[in-house]
Amino acid sequence: MELFGLLGDFTVRTVALGAALVGVVAGVLGSFALLRQQSLLGDALSHAALPGVCLGFLLAGSRRLEPILAGALITGALAALLVMLLTRTTRIKTDAALGVSLSLFFAVGTVLLTYLQRHQGAAQAGLDAFLFGQAAALVPRDLRVLGLIGAVALLAVALTWKELKVTTFDADFARSLGRPVVAIEFGLTVMIAIAVVIGLQLVGVILMVALVIAPAAAARQWARRLEGMVLLAALFGAVSGVTGALVSASVRGLATGPLIVLVASALVAVSLLLAPGRGVAWQLAQAASQRRSLRAHRLLVDLYRLGLAHDDPRYRSEQGMLDAYFGGRTAHVLRRLQRRGLVERVEHMPEEGAHWLLTDAGLQQARALLEPFGTRPADSSAGAARAGPASRADSSDGGAGAGAASSADAPAAEAGASGADEPLGGGR
Amino acid sequence: MTALQGWLDQPGVTIVLIGALVGIAASLLGAFLVLRRESMLSDAISHSVLLGIVLAYLLTGTLDSPLHVAGAALAGLGTVWLTDLLVRSRRVKTDAAIGLVFPALFALAVLLINVYARDVHLDTDAVLLGEIAFAWLDEVQVGGLEVARSLVTMLVITLVNVLFVVVLYKELKLATFDAQLATALGLRPALVGYALLGLVSVTAVGAFDAVGAILFVAFVIVPPTAAYLLTDRLWRMLAIGCAIAVGSSLGGYAAARALDVSIGGAMASTTGLFLLVALLLGKHGLVVRTRRRGAPRAPAPVGSVATPVAPGPIAEPARERRA
Repeated sequence: MELFGLLGDFTVRTVALGAALVGVVAGVLGSFALLRQQSLLGDALSHAALPGVCLGFLLAGSRRLEPILAGALITGALAALLVMLLTRTTRIKTDAALGVSLSLFFAVGTVLLTYLQRHQGAAQAGLDAFLFGQAAALVPRDLRVLGLIGAVALLAVALTWKELKVTTFDADFARSLGRPVVAIEFGLTVMIAIAVVIGLQLVGVILMVALVIAPAAAARQWARRLEGMVLLAALFGAVSGVTGALVSASVRGLATGPLIVLVASALVAVSLLLAPGRGVAWQLAQAASQRRSLRAHRLLVDLYRLGLAHDDPRYRSEQGMLDAYFGGRTAHVLRRLQRRGLVERVEHMPEEGAHWLLTDAGLQQARALLEPFGTRPADSSAGAARAGPASRADSSDGGAGAGAASSADAPAAEAGASGADEPLGGGR
Repeated sequence: MTALQGWLDQPGVTIVLIGALVGIAASLLGAFLVLRRESMLSDAISHSVLLGIVLAYLLTGTLDSPLHVAGAALAGLGTVWLTDLLVRSRRVKTDAAIGLVFPALFALAVLLINVYARDVHLDTDAVLLGEIAFAWLDEVQVGGLEVARSLVTMLVITLVNVLFVVVLYKELKLATFDAQLATALGLRPALVGYALLGLVSVTAVGAFDAVGAILFVAFVIVPPTAAYLLTDRLWRMLAIGCAIAVGSSLGGYAAARALDVSIGGAMASTTGLFLLVALLLGKHGLVVRTRRRGAPRAPAPVGSVATPVAPGPIAEPARERRA
């Protein structure tokens, strides 16, 4: 809570606002980069901003934000063009083209940076801050500039929403509609460069790629539609930005960029684990519940089959025999079925242990489970015997016998109802 | 002996030698990365190696223990493993997985430096620019000679890499061009891939002092890429890559002296000049292609239909043979 108390401080409020803005813009445009599998273009763009920062400083002769951002944007766009040139006109593949572009632009950037530091007295100008970001360097005037650029980028996304969406998901379809796909792709690349550029001051050139990818990757886990994903990515970006900026402002000497990146990465980790539907934990839980219900269904059917084999729907099966027939321990499955009122436990003979039989509800459910598979008498060997779990179909005499018996004794209604259907056995 | 010592005592000689060794060691491995479409993994590794170095420093309190190299190599392989894990979870694509893992590890490393290692030579500028200019100040005795420590380190690493490529040439070649055949022959291409990336990590540690973590990427990717435009034979690609690396070290040093700028940065920038030449004049470069296209029996227009810009399968083994 102490963190949010900091918001009362004017400087801190400026920084937090700026970080939120950076996060929102990066989240929105990062969503498109992520979906188009262009995440690493963000890496190339952000490294390539370094020479632009230096050139902007060199030409303007001061640490004014506008020329620096313009320079970064221009070299970023040049780097993207270099990637396009290399991949489209030579046999160099995308990954090498990205690496070439990233490392060469960055190399030239370090040369320029050291040149400025040694010759132009730029050591005090704090150009280093653009490497890892520095929250304290942000002043309200910078915030207005960043806000304006960010607003323009977001407005452009809103206005071309439909075109961006169709180009992202199905560029061929967009082309067939007569949309200017190449222009849209280029525009999107420029806008991603803008998102990178406005984050330079807070996050730095090296780690800005993470703020483009991470919020979008986290949002992707929770959302099924582009609209939701983009909004959520904006939210995640803002949360990462504000949290990172506040921690950086409250603890001396911690660089802002790495903090923001760590918060965003933590959001990704949480999303990968917990997001409903796609999250790892969620899917593990779902798999477990499916295994449980599959076991329960199998056991119901087994009990039903044993009943059919003995001409007695209420046949009392001994638990040890059920274990053998089921191919595993059944005690906990039976207890769960008992709680749901589908089976009943009876002490048949005291020395023989527990016996189980189907209740009326259990009988009904077992029939309902078998119904879609059909049990035509004629298909007894191929069909019915394999209607149960495959693992058992060919193994024991008991299984085959029960299967054959079940189809022979199947109620007429069942056989009739499924007469037109293909038996399950053949295909599986 | 004294002549050799006198030669080694010139800082310029030591610096150029270190740069050349970094370049040779990096571009030998880089050639395979470029062909396997895993170039960007070198970027990821070169960033996260810093975490290994910082953790080893926090454990031992020194910057040159064997643990230093081991920690960095583990961090590099850990990056690859984490990236692979994310890709196999099928929740993010390869490019995003790379871009998620290494910034997180790098950010952690920078913060650890901020908090614990403020006063040591591990400052964040060194990470980016390297300190090759001061490499000759730190010397060790080897066989009666005073030799810069970085030079010895890089010499050992380069020899290991050369041995690796020479001894496992056939395996590397097969794993790179036809992983399925390699598997069928029982060669374990995945293991070869991890060995390759492990050596990239170790080389990154060595290069870290010389040219900085990020400029190392230039030496890994650019010389092999330029060579790729010049030849179709693997061994020639390796040789040309090494030659470009040595040339860049010489040219970069001269340029850096003339302009008084970062030596590592100048060396890395010089590799770009070689790429430019290869791009224009190479067998697969622009001029040759354009002239071929203008010839009477021109092939079908190449690139008339816009090809997708989406990155290829970066962390997956290359599936196609080289044309």
